[in-house]
Amino acid sequence: MCYEKAVKVELEGKIYDVEKPMQVSRLLQQFSLSRETHLVVVNNRLVTEDHRLEKDDQIKLIRVVSGG
Amino acid sequence: MKCRVCGQEACIGLRAYNTALCADDFIFFLEKRVSTTIRKYHLIDAGDTPIVAVSGGKDSLSVWHILNRLGYPADGIYVDLGIGDYSRTSLVKITQMAEKLQRKVYVLHVRDIFEKGIDEVARAIRRVPCSACGMVKRYVMNKICIDRGYNVLITGHNLDDEAAALLGNLLYWKDEYLWKKSPSLESKDGHLSKKVKPLFLCSEREMAAYAVLSGIDYIYEECPFSVDAKSLEYKGILNKLEESSPGTKLQFIKGYLKKIKTGKEEKRDMAYCETCGYPCYGDKCNMCRLLERFHIEKGMDFDEYGGSSLDSNQTMVT
Ligand code: SF4
Ligand SMILES: [Zn+2]
Ligand SMILES: [Zn+2]
Repeated sequence: MCYEKAVKVELEGKIYDVEKPMQVSRLLQQFSLSRETHLVVVNNRLVTEDHRLEKDDQIKLIRVVSGG
Repeated sequence: MKCRVCGQEACIGLRAYNTALCADDFIFFLEKRVSTTIRKYHLIDAGDTPIVAVSGGKDSLSVWHILNRLGYPADGIYVDLGIGDYSRTSLVKITQMAEKLQRKVYVLHVRDIFEKGIDEVARAIRRVPCSACGMVKRYVMNKICIDRGYNVLITGHNLDDEAAALLGNLLYWKDEYLWKKSPSLESKDGHLSKKVKPLFLCSEREMAAYAVLSGIDYIYEECPFSVDAKSLEYKGILNKLEESSPGTKLQFIKGYLKKIKTGKEEKRDMAYCETCGYPCYGDKCNMCRLLERFHIEKGMDFDEYGGSSLDSNQTMVT
């Protein structure tokens, strides 16, 4: 279902395309990120891991860990 | 997931508390925890005049925001290290917050004193930036408290910072630091201000969520010298444990707090700098030595931005 290739994900200032809509937990897995270290903001709203991403969603992954 | 309080769509799952909350209920939940922490551990008492050490990052801006919302009017202090864009952006975020809170923020520009950034200052004395930075910050934070009459210095250390430091101290049995991680370090002889950490039971993830949900515009980038790979490594390990056993970090720190009462305080005779009166372990404090090394004689001046000054008439609601 390539026509769904419209989920854009922003992480550390870079934009990535994701194959198809999926659950947030799945997305984190794809990026090898833990829910403890990254928050997921969809269309400017913070969402939980069971949230389902839709086509054309604007997604931002926010790193929560800071050094020092 | 649904919010445990109101049943609406949740925006954060908190496995350590076995709950999920919507934005409003999460903000309430977190602020309440900070408020309880402050009272339980006597971090700020009635009549205290707190000031927040701000860096522009999520934790310090959030704690400043929370304190003012909880009815603890607090001003801010920022040390501008003169590290290019990083310092400039931090200052912008801080003055924005000062304006939003209608509080004053004092700023000390390292470049105004040394005519160089902290990295060049460090190089000149053959130290790493973080070592020079720590020394200058400690001095300045203490000075602002004493000179301007603030009796409690607030820092934004969170649960993950504390747990990572504790793990490091335990792994290498650093006895000299092990029992000095209390959420509240009492003042000494009127020369060292009391230091407190109201966020020490709030995880880094919760603090990032709080900042996002409260619309706090913080600096996302790190200081370019924050290469403390060890503390990041410890945080990573603790987060792996947290992932498989939610609540681990909280248990770790709460257990420590129970034990800390039995920790003995090491007595070391404090002397005072003959030039500035700051506590030190010789005739002269490190800061005065540093100023001497650069032949600097002028005093330390703070810039003041925005807000009203600390208003003693303002009542504290706790
Ligand atoms: S990383 Fe080092 S130089 Fe940068 S703010 Fe922290 S202590 Fe200072
Ligand atoms: Zn709710
Ligand atoms: Zn001195």
